Amino acid sequence: MIAPAKALRVGRASFRLRPRPMLVVAIGLAALVAVMALDITTGDFPLTVSQVVDVLLGGGARRDQFVVLELRLPRTLTGLLVGGALGLSGAIFQSIVRNPLASPDLLGITWGAGAGAVTVITFAGSLGSITGPYAEFGLPLAGLAGGLTAGLLVYALAWRKGIEGFRMVLVGIGVTAVAGNFTQYLLTVGDVTDAARAMVWITGSLNGRGWEHVVPVALALVVLIPLALVFGHVLGALQFGDETSKGLGVRVDLSRSMLILVAIVLASVATAAAGPIAFVALATPQIALRLAKTATPPLFGSVVIGGVLVVLSDLVARTIYRIELPVGVVTAVLGAPYLMYLLVRSRREARI
Amino acid sequence: MSVRLQAAGLSVGYGERTVVDRLDLDVVGGTVTAVIGPNGCGKSTLLRALGRLLPARHGAVLLDGKQIDKIPTREVAKVLGLLPQAPQAPEGLTVADLVARGRHPHQAWYRQWSSDDEAAVAEALRMTGIEDLAERTVDELSGGQRQRAWISMALAQGTDLLLLDEPTTYLDLAHQIDVLDLVQQLHTDMGRTVVMVLHDLNLAARYADQLVAMKAGKIVSLGAPAEVLTEQMLLEVFGLDARVVEDPVSGTPLVVPVGSRHRIG
Repeated sequence: MIAPAKALRVGRASFRLRPRPMLVVAIGLAALVAVMALDITTGDFPLTVSQVVDVLLGGGARRDQFVVLELRLPRTLTGLLVGGALGLSGAIFQSIVRNPLASPDLLGITWGAGAGAVTVITFAGSLGSITGPYAEFGLPLAGLAGGLTAGLLVYALAWRKGIEGFRMVLVGIGVTAVAGNFTQYLLTVGDVTDAARAMVWITGSLNGRGWEHVVPVALALVVLIPLALVFGHVLGALQFGDETSKGLGVRVDLSRSMLILVAIVLASVATAAAGPIAFVALATPQIALRLAKTATPPLFGSVVIGGVLVVLSDLVARTIYRIELPVGVVTAVLGAPYLMYLLVRSRREARI
Repeated sequence: MSVRLQAAGLSVGYGERTVVDRLDLDVVGGTVTAVIGPNGCGKSTLLRALGRLLPARHGAVLLDGKQIDKIPTREVAKVLGLLPQAPQAPEGLTVADLVARGRHPHQAWYRQWSSDDEAAVAEALRMTGIEDLAERTVDELSGGQRQRAWISMALAQGTDLLLLDEPTTYLDLAHQIDVLDLVQQLHTDMGRTVVMVLHDLNLAARYADQLVAMKAGKIVSLGAPAEVLTEQMLLEVFGLDARVVEDPVSGTPLVVPVGSRHRIG
């Protein structure tokens, strides 16, 4: 006999309770709080947790207020939100395309968003910095436009009576190359200081992130996370071949397009805020999937793990060396070998 | 019994090619229909069109008298379940989760696991005899077990009508019988209506009430197995020289191919 699955039922609403994925979210949230606390207290002006709490409650010394509210908190929050958005975006892509290689980084979407954002940096920048409305709205919108263009291009070029994962990844490699080269071109023609700034940005950096970066990603997540979770139910029925999904009464093309659109917007907004931070969208869903022992990446788990990954990487990036490194350097160094390990291991586990 | 599923002057095709050509077929409620025919005759295409996976070029598929593509697909999924050929599940999916997905048409984002869902899944697992495998992953099952898991998913969907596309492919004979016995049980015990594509003519004759023999997108012969499965039909449809004798077990027709060098004297 099977143990009856646990469920939460209130009136007509009912949800399935899966202990292990829920435990992963709970532990992930605890880890997130710990990492954020560490991130906010660590730096050139070390603070204690109680000092930080004082500031958050509206008290504290003026210096502490400045360090926490203007410097470290927005940076940590940007990291958390960007990581969550990238994790969710990757989880949606990998579930739909049914291929662990399908993620906004490999499909060229973050690079498209990057090209859009670099356009703004090189043309709207003045003396190597962009401020005001350009930073607050111009960058996210340009990133969104670039990411959407790249994403729709990949979807359109890879669509042939349905989506086939491998073809999508191949088309994505092509789009990545085009967007990457366009970015290089912008760097070549742009002003030297703007180009230098754009270079750091391309690596993926949380340096100097203020509230103007927190707000767009937070808005996007507030709208898109609930949307993703509503569609997430359909995601469960989309994990089979198209015919099975249609047989289950899913409007396959519509649902898939909507979900991919959500994933593209998430990746684009995140990229606009912090640059194309490598490997987070690729590795996060696979880490969450292995921790939760589910067949497809868990959405909530991917949000939380993505946040932990980026905040932790940023903490390492700014403390490991005497100068600050961009967070993208650390995620690449951590992410690439881990992904290789996952791929090697899954190949070994594959059945004959 | 009334006609549940009907093809009326139905033509279906891919690109330039017409695969099913102005075909008429009635599927009566509570019966098992088996579609037979040589490779490429359009039997799987017909089944897909009956399950609204392919659009009709001409004519229509009618579900309970209504044009199937005019009914919301989710409503169709509450009445008609289908099992494609060689369906695919993601690696690591448990049998329990696979079968639970069969409940999708009855669910919404805020109603993901009702007590009805739970009962239907438990019943579907019990009927297919795979309760003990519920926590195993689909990829570690044997072929026969896996097919049972997929059929279980279709059962959990709770539909009166089931379309099965070659449910016995890749199975050894014992497991083919297993699966077909299960189909018969659905039909006799629960009054389900089944349309399936089968390659094995003898098994088709044994398990179906109605045989549909197709060739080049058209129905050549249709009726009870004894009427359809004749030496003349085999020659005409399959180009096969064969004797038809009585199956010593079931009394249904049994095809014995002649071949070129096996005659006794």
